[in-house]
Amino acid sequence: MTENRSTNFEELRHLLSDRAVSGETVVLNMGPQHPATHGVLRVLIELDGETLVNAIPDIGFLHTGVEKEIENKTYQKSEVLTDRLDYMNPIGNNLAYCLAVEKLVELDVPPRAQAIRVILAELTRLSSHLLWLGTTGLDLGAISPFLYTMREREALLDIFELCSGARMMTTYIRPGGVWRDVPGEFEGAVKNILATFPKRIDEYERLLTKNILFLDRTSKIGLITTEDCYHYGITGPVLRATGIKHDLRKAQPYSGYEQYDFDIPTETTGDVLGRYRVRVAEMRQSLRIVDQALKQMPGGPVNSSNRKFVPPPRSELGESMEALIHHFKLWTEGFPAPKGSVYVAVESPRGELGVFLEGDGGPKPYRCHYRTPSFANLQTLPLMVKGRFMADIVAIIASIDIVLGDCDR
Amino acid sequence: MNDHIQRAVRVLSERFKAEKREFREQVTLVLTPETLNEAVRVLRDELNFNMMMDVTAVDYLGEEPRFNVVYQFYSLEKNARLSLRVPVESLNPHLKTIEDVFPGANWYEREVMDMFGIIFDGHSDPRRIIMPADWQGHPLRKDYPLGYEEVQFTFNFDEIDLRKPKGKE
Repeated sequence: MTENRSTNFEELRHLLSDRAVSGETVVLNMGPQHPATHGVLRVLIELDGETLVNAIPDIGFLHTGVEKEIENKTYQKSEVLTDRLDYMNPIGNNLAYCLAVEKLVELDVPPRAQAIRVILAELTRLSSHLLWLGTTGLDLGAISPFLYTMREREALLDIFELCSGARMMTTYIRPGGVWRDVPGEFEGAVKNILATFPKRIDEYERLLTKNILFLDRTSKIGLITTEDCYHYGITGPVLRATGIKHDLRKAQPYSGYEQYDFDIPTETTGDVLGRYRVRVAEMRQSLRIVDQALKQMPGGPVNSSNRKFVPPPRSELGESMEALIHHFKLWTEGFPAPKGSVYVAVESPRGELGVFLEGDGGPKPYRCHYRTPSFANLQTLPLMVKGRFMADIVAIIASIDIVLGDCDR
Repeated sequence: MNDHIQRAVRVLSERFKAEKREFREQVTLVLTPETLNEAVRVLRDELNFNMMMDVTAVDYLGEEPRFNVVYQFYSLEKNARLSLRVPVESLNPHLKTIEDVFPGANWYEREVMDMFGIIFDGHSDPRRIIMPADWQGHPLRKDYPLGYEEVQFTFNFDEIDLRKPKGKE
């Protein structure tokens, strides 16, 4: 009978230095339950006094087997599972999955739905970065920004609840468009956010960006070079902080991002401070995109009219036989996808979120794999912490911005 | 972009006899396990696909070769994506690691080893990554059960009651 234990010291000997085996350095367990590891992450740190010799991340504590479950559900039903992967970016997960399904079955999306998707995706990016800002400050000892960012997030979560009924796990974006049109109060609520947020972001910057304690704890810490980013497949703010202007919203635009005018903030330092600056600047750019998308939002349907994939509105069910049959088929059997595989990537707040979806002609995905940015970015933790102090590992983990649901799936 | 992918397809087909498949404007090249490591090296050095995004596998239970290991590559400068597929047989599935070409493949290959049981020769750290260290079996294979708890209705109440673990009275 297995005890489901995690790796112990003996199994890690090949990764630890000889000094750990002889006892000169100490191997400590920064265990899965830890206030500063941003979730259930276990890091085994080899310490020489206060200096880190090596840090070995051990993941898998939040593994829920989403990929296996998706293989057993139809395309529509398995979308519910995708919300819960990167739980700070549920709309982004939905968007990636729906884009993959739409590519696989060649489904069109009307422009109004694309605009709504962009607005919600950018608001989710804003809420994810706000949470990151709050928890990073908290980890480094700046306790006050945390509750302020939570207050801002409440306004954003209220908007998600307005659209879909759920604050976080919305499953609002469906293949073919969105679930239903945004209610009338949506525009007013978003305009309210656009009016109040820029000042609030300025307030957070006043607290942290030029704070000498913050600078001391984040400048030249957690350095990573561009070459290492290429070797490890790092994308997102970590890559942009090393100087590369790469953003999938500009490079391979999806869902109408090419219509909007926004910048890609970069820094050249490649350290924790650079990543902080990149994310704060990205928050401002997100507001810019939301502003443009709201102004340019066209009218029209919010769903594709292809009834083979998108259910008909309930009002039609009483009148049209075809609508009833489509509804019945979609709910009982689901829609079939052709044989073949696609890989679609979106820009999540953490980097490139990719979905590899393979269909086999039936209504259930044959294989759905999520290429998650946290999994790739966390690999570089040993590179970033070598030679730094114990206190820096907290700052470095916070700056990579991992979400364990994203990492372990 | 498209010319770059065409060039990559041409180079790999000539040198490694890669078979090209195109689906929804995405190009996949099918290679053999022996030529994989060299082909990936060529992709990185000569064809400028400098980022490896993903390594995953698909299990076609019942067909031979059973597994297909899928690699996704991205060229930052040319903004082009390419994916590779390598069929791996069912009995004793082995594949040479590409960790020496892309160090980022470390964790991805560990995940494939953990979930599918495909062994990567030459990998520096062949441990399980997501499942607990002493787990038996490879969860994402098609013959591995989903592992859910059966719902206890009235018609099967007693049978499930016998199997259910109970606390001490």
